[in-house]
Amino acid sequence: MSLTQGVPDTAAGQPDFDGVWRNPRGIWRSLSVVSHKPVGSRFMITAGLFFLVGGIEALLMRVQLARPENRFLDAQTYNDLFTMHGTTMMFLFVVPFIEGLATYLLPVQLGARDQPFPRFNAFNYWCYLFGGVLLYSSFAAAAVPDAGWFAYVPLSSNPYSPGPGMDFWLWGLALVELSGIGAAVEILVLTLRMRAPGMSLARMPVFAWAMLTASGLIVLAFTPLLVATSMLEFDRLLGATFFVAEHGGSPLLWQHLFWIFGHPEVYIMFLPAAGIVSQVVQVHARQRLIGYPFVVLAFVLTAVISLGLWVHHMFTTGLPPLTMSFFTAASMTIAIASGIQVLAWVATIWLGRPRFTVAMMFVVGFIVTFVAGGITGVMVASVPFDQQVHDTFFVVAHFHYVLIGGVVFPLFAALYHWLPKMIGRRLHQRPGVVVFALVFVGFHLTFFPMHLAGMWGMVRRVYTYDPDLGIGGLNLVATVGAFLLAAGVLVFVIDLVVAWRRGAPAGRDPWAGDGLEWGVPSPPPSENFSRIPVVGSRYPLWQPERDRPDRDERARGFDRAPADFRASPTTSILLAEPEAAVHLPTPTFWPLVPALGLAGTAAALIAQAYPVAVAGLVVVAVGVVGWLRRNEAERWPERSGVRVGGLPLDVHGTRAIGWWGAMATIAVLATAGGTILASYHFLQVNATVWPPAPAQRPAAALPAGLLAALVLAAAGALWLGTRAQIRRRTALAVLAVLAAAGLAAGALTVGTYAAAPPAPSRHAYDSMVLLVLVFQAALVIVALVATGLAFLRAAAGGPPGRLRLLVQVAAGYWALTAAWWALASGSLYVVLVG
Amino acid sequence: MSGAASGRGRGAARSRGRYGLASRLRSGFRGRGRRWELESIVQDSGDRSESDRLLRSLATTGATVTARSRASRLGLVLAGAALALAACGPDQSMLSPMGANASRAAGLWWLMFWIGVVVWVLVTAATLYALVRRRRDRHDPLTARRWENAPLVWGGIVLPSVVLVLLTGVSIDAMRHRDHPDASQATVVQVIGHQWWWEVRYPERDVVTANEVHVPAGRPVRLELTTADVIHSFWVPALAGKIDLVPGRSNTLSINTDRPGVYEGRCAEFCGLQHAKMRFRVVVEPESSFQDWLAAQGTSAAEPADDLAARGRQVFLSASCVYCHTIRGTAAVGSVGPDLTHLASRDTLAAGIMPNTKGHLGGWIVDPQQVKPGARMPSSDLPPDDLQALLAYLGSLA
Repeated sequence: MSLTQGVPDTAAGQPDFDGVWRNPRGIWRSLSVVSHKPVGSRFMITAGLFFLVGGIEALLMRVQLARPENRFLDAQTYNDLFTMHGTTMMFLFVVPFIEGLATYLLPVQLGARDQPFPRFNAFNYWCYLFGGVLLYSSFAAAAVPDAGWFAYVPLSSNPYSPGPGMDFWLWGLALVELSGIGAAVEILVLTLRMRAPGMSLARMPVFAWAMLTASGLIVLAFTPLLVATSMLEFDRLLGATFFVAEHGGSPLLWQHLFWIFGHPEVYIMFLPAAGIVSQVVQVHARQRLIGYPFVVLAFVLTAVISLGLWVHHMFTTGLPPLTMSFFTAASMTIAIASGIQVLAWVATIWLGRPRFTVAMMFVVGFIVTFVAGGITGVMVASVPFDQQVHDTFFVVAHFHYVLIGGVVFPLFAALYHWLPKMIGRRLHQRPGVVVFALVFVGFHLTFFPMHLAGMWGMVRRVYTYDPDLGIGGLNLVATVGAFLLAAGVLVFVIDLVVAWRRGAPAGRDPWAGDGLEWGVPSPPPSENFSRIPVVGSRYPLWQPERDRPDRDERARGFDRAPADFRASPTTSILLAEPEAAVHLPTPTFWPLVPALGLAGTAAALIAQAYPVAVAGLVVVAVGVVGWLRRNEAERWPERSGVRVGGLPLDVHGTRAIGWWGAMATIAVLATAGGTILASYHFLQVNATVWPPAPAQRPAAALPAGLLAALVLAAAGALWLGTRAQIRRRTALAVLAVLAAAGLAAGALTVGTYAAAPPAPSRHAYDSMVLLVLVFQAALVIVALVATGLAFLRAAAGGPPGRLRLLVQVAAGYWALTAAWWALASGSLYVVLVG
Repeated sequence: MSGAASGRGRGAARSRGRYGLASRLRSGFRGRGRRWELESIVQDSGDRSESDRLLRSLATTGATVTARSRASRLGLVLAGAALALAACGPDQSMLSPMGANASRAAGLWWLMFWIGVVVWVLVTAATLYALVRRRRDRHDPLTARRWENAPLVWGGIVLPSVVLVLLTGVSIDAMRHRDHPDASQATVVQVIGHQWWWEVRYPERDVVTANEVHVPAGRPVRLELTTADVIHSFWVPALAGKIDLVPGRSNTLSINTDRPGVYEGRCAEFCGLQHAKMRFRVVVEPESSFQDWLAAQGTSAAEPADDLAARGRQVFLSASCVYCHTIRGTAAVGSVGPDLTHLASRDTLAAGIMPNTKGHLGGWIVDPQQVKPGARMPSSDLPPDDLQALLAYLGSLA
């Protein structure tokens, strides 16, 4: 069934191909591995361990709540546990697990040999691991975060949460968020630019569509959270007043920013789950998914609408009825997108010939549970009802239906479906049925009674409750259910370990699957595809041999080749026409260094050991320089003008993977900048006095004008860079002008504020100005690094395409810097005239 | 010591607590959609347990009747179970609404519940049938069938759209009809959240109390809610939906009920260590008794009637109590903790977590950290005689 069948094995004579793709073994040396499969596995295993830890925390809480006025845990421990449980499950389990699954699986499904930026991938994993470890080291420091997983201010700010607990939370989360955004950038570029030739967007597997939309959401949602957590750390560390009502700040700003992240977060978790279900259902029902375009459109619709729902978490904060009506309507609309998907899955089962595999059982368990969770979701979108059940166990029940029923069940289905591919061995059917039965029954016993407990008056996050409430019986049932659920997970872990060691071999294709992943050995070899497949159908392996497209020379050129460096083809976005070859990196320790530096800086800031924090930043800088130097040293094929299958390696502009990576990074930075400006205007509108004193108004007009000119210059440089016939000197001259103008504008800004520097503890206005300046400085540093890289490249006499790419990227960063500063100056200037 | 005290006090709380306050008490029970009403007049505390029993038995009977009729009509095991559970729940829940706002929410709930049951049963039945149905043809999985997308369009888009538009309309309508009494007509009560207790003020009459909100029956009440520290949320399930107390904001909530009674409330937004023990009660009483109560609360503290109480006052004023508490008419004007001017008139202690008896009060004063760890009140080491005098004085502050 291989898609590359019939191709003469001419290239097999070159022994180096396997050597190039071979990854080092051994505990120490394997830390240098950057390939997507080992890194994806690490993500999944680490996330799985955090899932077990979060589960144990849940069990402890359930024991405490088993009967009224229980004294198993004290209030402090209980508050620690629910904070860590929520944080762990949201940030350390679900999202990293899904990203790990996608990191492992997507390149195999899409016909690529690796992720677009494998070293960055490894860096993301280290950031995630260190962030999680940092968060959990709060137990060792006896300062466990205890303000809940959404950390509402002012409870989470200094006066009410003194001590380092919330700092562990903020810094641990910052690292994890960074990793999440990074993994999303990888997936965006991978799905858009690295699919196998012929796999047009319309032929892309549904899971890839789900990951594409979810990754877009991560960029748009995690970034505001990163800004929000930074602002809270400003408040805690520097005494800023973003969220302090007496000083012009607003506690509601935190809620807005948190839920602008928090609601899309639900769909960041659910969309991949829906993608998984769509793929599992079509293989195990032996029927292509009914309504593929409907499902894909539903994903996109879900992603778009999910950005406009966040206020339904704030229906009890006293917002105007008109605002709430809008968000009620939006919240109801998103249910339609879910309805389409559910009907598509049911229709697929209906028209297919379902097999009663464990994966299928979890799909069915998912449908009945998720629909129930969706129904209660529609209920809480209704304002008068929500004002009753908000912050009660009804809501706890609702979101566990959606998150366990809607996400964890599909993840189980994914594991039963794809683990044979990953570990090369089958999981056992009978223990699997036991797992499903325990998990399904345990889940409903745990969470169904919580609906009632909530309506009877049990509020969230209470370490004990009054016997008079009459909810003791419900809670006892829930506790019993939780232990059944845990038993199911335990059986799964045991079965997995046993299967891994001595399960029956899975073979290539245990399920007669439709996708490319079933055409390669289990587990897939390091390079996934020794011959790049050419795809002619949405279900490539189900397509009859005779209908499959020919593999032209562009694909054949990659047959066990190149043999002296790692490479994979890149294709056009829409139709997946081969455009170029991308040079992929070999194992290196460098990504570990900046991640260690960042973790060290964060730990030092928590411990308030500022010199150590500076040392950590130095480690980051050394790591980045080492990483970039190695990157350039590896570029010899580009320098020597090598082509693979007739496809060029040394490309620039939209044909270069690096350009897309830079654009994604610019999108992240722009989202962060937008969040900052939106926060500025939110506070401005809500404050009684803004700014606090007229004397503090900056002469913002001048820098703004200068920077507008800079925008034009940047755009010009970008244009010059994109032109094919640019002279190296001209490009560098323009870049130098840009850098000079950028530095001059920075100096001017500093000069404007030098006389009266913003005092963040005085007023939220000063805090905002400080944040604007810090962010601007960060943009300038990024742009300067990109500029420096272009100049170093030019001095070393590099390949022309790559130099052009670096100029384009640097110009892009300058354009962003200038555009954002012009907008920010505008915001500050509005104060002057207004 | 106070642990045992709190255990002993539990029974007293139950009999005194729920129906024990007003001299005339009218109470009702409302089961889903239908309504059983009971009026009983209780003369004094001796009859309280009787009324309690009567109310409970009526509630149970009514619930069973409805549960049975509904369940047999639809024959839905799950819905029946849910109903039976919901119906035999406590009568202080959002499902037994006693106020206008809570009634609208409960009405919405039952509408959405039944729609939800129908949707869930349809989807589940379709899924299970799809799994087991007999297949006649062996269709090629890749070939498209005519009308295969029809269920998606009708069942996934059209039908949900109709239902959701309806629900959106109904819930927005219910929200718009929320009472918003203007300050000129309604009784205004200010509620200020503290970690972990409630300050209650009646600005028109200069009355300050704690953890007990007295309101007149049959007259709109406008609550103005602010916070002294972190975010709290004011929730009385039987009367109205919750509203948050947010720093820098003043939120309002309307309570409108003609049913006298004592309604349990609690803080719903996590507010720190003792969030679980931040309760309160709303006492709805007839206009005349409300006015009497208001007048009594407006007075300064009673002068000690005997020597023991007089000594108790001396103990109070010379101990650290005065730094945090106010007793109007004395030199104590602290504002950190609850106003104690009429402490003895209140039903509960420490934000609704135990009955206001001498034993509990003593236990609380000696070691509050045992009862409510993290509470702002420090332990005291008063000599036994001083403590007895203090308790006598505080007990006289009716």
